[in-house]
Amino acid sequence: MSLENFMSDAISPWMKENGPDCDIVMSSRIRLARNFENRTFPLIAKAEDLDDVLDFFQESYQDADFNDRGKLQFLRIADLSPIEKKVFVEKHLISPHLAEHAEEAGVLLSESEQVSIMVNEEDHLRIQLYLPGFQLREALSEAFEVDDWLEQKITYAFDEERGYLTTCPTNVGTGLRASVMMHLPALTMTHQMTRLTPAINQLGLVVRGIYGEGSEAQGNIYQISNQITLGKSEQDIVEDLESVVSQLVEQERQARETLTEELSIQLEDRIFRSYGTLLHSRIIESKEAATCLSDVRLGIDIGYIQDMPQSILNELMVLIQPGFLQHYAKRSLSGRERDVLRASLIRERLHLENN
Amino acid sequence: MECQECHIRPATLHLTNVVNGQKTEMHVCEHCAKENGYVSYGQEGYSLHNLLSGLFHMNPSTVQGHKHFAQAPAALACPKCGLTYNEFTRLGKFGCASCYETFEDNLNPIFRRVHSGNTKHEGKIPKRMGSGIEKKRKIAAYRESMQQYIQEEEFEKAAELRDKIRSLEQQKDGQEEGES
Ligand SMILES: [Zn+2]
Ligand SMILES: [Zn+2]
Repeated sequence: MSLENFMSDAISPWMKENGPDCDIVMSSRIRLARNFENRTFPLIAKAEDLDDVLDFFQESYQDADFNDRGKLQFLRIADLSPIEKKVFVEKHLISPHLAEHAEEAGVLLSESEQVSIMVNEEDHLRIQLYLPGFQLREALSEAFEVDDWLEQKITYAFDEERGYLTTCPTNVGTGLRASVMMHLPALTMTHQMTRLTPAINQLGLVVRGIYGEGSEAQGNIYQISNQITLGKSEQDIVEDLESVVSQLVEQERQARETLTEELSIQLEDRIFRSYGTLLHSRIIESKEAATCLSDVRLGIDIGYIQDMPQSILNELMVLIQPGFLQHYAKRSLSGRERDVLRASLIRERLHLENN
Repeated sequence: MECQECHIRPATLHLTNVVNGQKTEMHVCEHCAKENGYVSYGQEGYSLHNLLSGLFHMNPSTVQGHKHFAQAPAALACPKCGLTYNEFTRLGKFGCASCYETFEDNLNPIFRRVHSGNTKHEGKIPKRMGSGIEKKRKIAAYRESMQQYIQEEEFEKAAELRDKIRSLEQQKDGQEEGES
């Protein structure tokens, strides 16, 4: 297995599977922050110390087998080209922070790209586990398995009172960030998200765009996650998030129903116009592409568009990002060049499905 | 440490007052600090937040009005990584595990603010250090329900729990509790 495996596909193998409620919840993610007991946290650690951690990972886990997930691959971020780094971020394999602090950073990836362990991020370890659809509990228990497995060789910084000790006080305790990616086109179209977001924030949850903090909800995709990590068990944190997500799923379904009942022909028109744009345009900006993709995906979900896989949105949303386009072109591209390549890649991909 | 004003609540603020080079230290609770005006109120409310401006991304212009009292442990530094308390509040980040011990006296207000009132971990415990902590948690939970039973005058149930607590306390760490 080599770097190429992670670069060749826009979507990770696990994304091609369908999960529960996957017409609305695209994926579930669990992230656990962990640190070594006797080492300075990466933020202020010396380069030698950080290199030690990387060497330890290289030696202990390169090609290691974790349960039935196949061999793990350890990569040093410094060995990636700028475009490769971008692709890893766009695929959510690593965080933007890790890509920026690349000198002494690494990532341990499973073949399915379901497990990604970032090394020397803000904390020594950021364990990430992804599952398709709405499966937060399952993701939590699988992330715990990874955590227990790592713990066999690593003594974590842990305190009885404070829990897992992290660089940032906002992660202390469980070190847990549980999140879901939701496609909420109907709630957005009916302007309900602007009303719901503050209410969700009041419950101690955060609503963001697809590429994290401060990013806007491209393609009507929202990331919803917990904020509080201390004083609640991981199970409680996950259950609280679950109950809000379930309600959002319900509300999105209702909004879709209302839209199809009351605005049937307008909605159908909008969806097919977007479909037409994707099928025929020669120049397309990422924002327009994301909006059209969201419409097409909604069209698939409510049955206007047939014989098209639901995962097309997940895949094309990554494919249309600047890093992936440049990886595909094997060189850096100007804005206009990207818009042209984007349009042609989307056309190609959709024709593939139509044949 | 108890608050030197009210002698009731724990002292969560440790203030140093420097007048003409003379240093006096005060250890007070948040309530008394407010009552006596040791810390000021800004528009954002209680100015303890301002002390941790780095952590809460507050505008530095709001960090005024407590010129008389500086946070005592400003010069305090972590023996392991060298991070000073000043740097900690500026960065809003810890440097290593020992920082938590070093700045322990000042952490509860921060955690309360960030984690909506919580200061104590209730979640997962590393497998290898697990059983001792697990036992303590169980005993604490039994004690709480025992008090409840006593108040409700359900003495038989309370006695049952008392016995459970005793047998747990006699166990050595690592021994499993016999479920009955
Ligand atoms: Zn007091
Ligand atoms: Zn330290």
